[in-house]
Amino acid sequence: MYVAVKGGEAAIRNAHKLLADRRRGDRSVPAIGLDQIVEQLALAVDRVMAEGSLYDTELAALAVKQARGDMIEAIFLVRAYRTTLPRFGYTKPVETSQMAIERRISATFKDLPGGQLLGPTFDYTHRLLDPELAEDAPVDVPDQRVEAPEHMPRVMDILDQDGMIEADGIMPEGVQTGDLTREPLTFPLERDLRLQALARGDEGFLLGLAYSTQRGYARSHPFAGEIRIGEVEVELEVAELDFPLTLGRIRLTECQMVNQFKGSSKQSPQFTRGYGLVFGQSERKSMSMALCDRALRARELGEDITAAAQDEEFVISHSDNVQSTGFVEHLKLPHYVDFQAELDLVRRMRAEHESQNNQISEAAE
Amino acid sequence: MTELATYNFAYLDEQTKRMIRRAILKAIAIPGYQVPFASREMPMPYGWGTGGVQVTAAIIGPKDTLKVIDQGADDTTNAVSIRAFFQKVANVPVTTRTTEATIIQTRHRIPETALAAGQTLVYQVPIPEPLRFLEPRETETRKMHALEEYGLMHVKLYEDIARHGHIATTYAYPVKVEGRYVMDPSPTPKFDNPKMHNSPALQLFGAGREKRIYAIPPYTEVVSLDFEDHPFEIQTFSQPCALCGAKGSYLDEVILDDKGGSMFVCSDTDFCEERQAAGHRGELSAPQAEAAE
Repeated sequence: MYVAVKGGEAAIRNAHKLLADRRRGDRSVPAIGLDQIVEQLALAVDRVMAEGSLYDTELAALAVKQARGDMIEAIFLVRAYRTTLPRFGYTKPVETSQMAIERRISATFKDLPGGQLLGPTFDYTHRLLDPELAEDAPVDVPDQRVEAPEHMPRVMDILDQDGMIEADGIMPEGVQTGDLTREPLTFPLERDLRLQALARGDEGFLLGLAYSTQRGYARSHPFAGEIRIGEVEVELEVAELDFPLTLGRIRLTECQMVNQFKGSSKQSPQFTRGYGLVFGQSERKSMSMALCDRALRARELGEDITAAAQDEEFVISHSDNVQSTGFVEHLKLPHYVDFQAELDLVRRMRAEHESQNNQISEAAE
Repeated sequence: MTELATYNFAYLDEQTKRMIRRAILKAIAIPGYQVPFASREMPMPYGWGTGGVQVTAAIIGPKDTLKVIDQGADDTTNAVSIRAFFQKVANVPVTTRTTEATIIQTRHRIPETALAAGQTLVYQVPIPEPLRFLEPRETETRKMHALEEYGLMHVKLYEDIARHGHIATTYAYPVKVEGRYVMDPSPTPKFDNPKMHNSPALQLFGAGREKRIYAIPPYTEVVSLDFEDHPFEIQTFSQPCALCGAKGSYLDEVILDDKGGSMFVCSDTDFCEERQAAGHRGELSAPQAEAAE
């Protein structure tokens, strides 16, 4: 006698109870607070905000906690929440030249108006594990600059003055910037939608692609023209008001890559741009994004498309980690029915193969 | 409930539902054509039925009765999870009986019991593009559909015959809808293909990750692709269901031990249970008295 398996409902309930238990871990260890995550795991929070496309440190911290530190799971939680939020409208473009800067470096000029400002960076730290961090050792108060910072024009604007670099694109009059969360993507994409997709794209995926361009798969001779990190104001135009309303400030990382361009019969040689802009502090992501953006401009700039990083449909269709993880992991779901169909076919083909072989060996005898 | 935890009826906001309904109406108007829609992030992963869930959420009302199956069964984990989702966010009555449901959301199967007019079958679709594994680029496949250029698909089926002696596609077997669009029926076994033809029920297909909706309106011609000398055939099983004795239903193989022992049972659990309740028995079913307990 055979009794079919039942009880999916109870199994799911119990599994989730166990998950909650494992999430909490040893009860004698104090539970981690959202403020601790926001303050002490700030870059994890930044990544969740960036790829979750929702700027809210507390919600991102909650997602990190709920996901037990699994970043893609946390990003997914934030995305699923974000999609339920009503839209009030679209803000004005943020003005990164007016950024309250915490870090700003240029790899193309030794000195420039506003200077180089290292800010809170891992760069030049020696990656030696610090045993003191295992305890709550007191941390020195950092030195603060006394005078107001000098204005820091963007490196690209400086280069732009003598036409050494292509002009920053301006959206034609009356064109509404696309919104990939509201309209399905149709290839080929305009650069606005492509940049949106890259901004929420998986850091690891874009990093790998960016690296591939440096190793010769669509090499574009990049220089980090400028990376700046700091806060910008977010402003919304409200119909009843004749001035934009400031909603608040967000921290951004902006990367402008300067790339070579041969020029053409119509155009004298000049540098081209690759652009990266990411929520929070993430140089790796913004630099990867800028390299990918430049590689993906191959069609626009009339370059040969020879490498994966230049292939828009390939890159954009696979850069979203919430989509990727869902589809890869869906292989966990039952596939009994299709597998049965394949079993049946392979058995039949094996039987046919065997009978053919038998006939051949009989004929040979 | 806190303010954060309240959602609209059937989870999606009404604007989104309207957008999805417009896509559904367009899909019904052009049978088999894949309509792009602005698929939302859902609270379950892409690839786990987000397209089907969005279609169901857009069409379900308080008077509907919902059935959710995965692999033909009502009690597989993902079916349980999706059914629980709609109970939570739409508070609709649910059923496991095919005949009682007004909306049936499915993954990989079409119920054995014939559907009736007024019922809607919602398919969860992973890859909506039947030409995708022949041509990975969306820009190309859209062109091929527009030009009705399906030669590549016939070449693929022909190569199967040349290599294996028969068509080696067993599930997601391509169909032509109303003489125009070649369509992917989702990964249902080809056994289920004939059920789509001239069905009195409305069939809706939702692909969330790929952002496409398509449809087969009631009483629409659905033809599985084949050749005159190699006509389309469905799977047959050499034995009846071990629990209800049904012949001609799609069977799952269940492994019984590690010595090669296995049994075949209906993949459609409701169909199998109804038959058992009506007194049908298979060779491995419980004796009558025990089953009655």
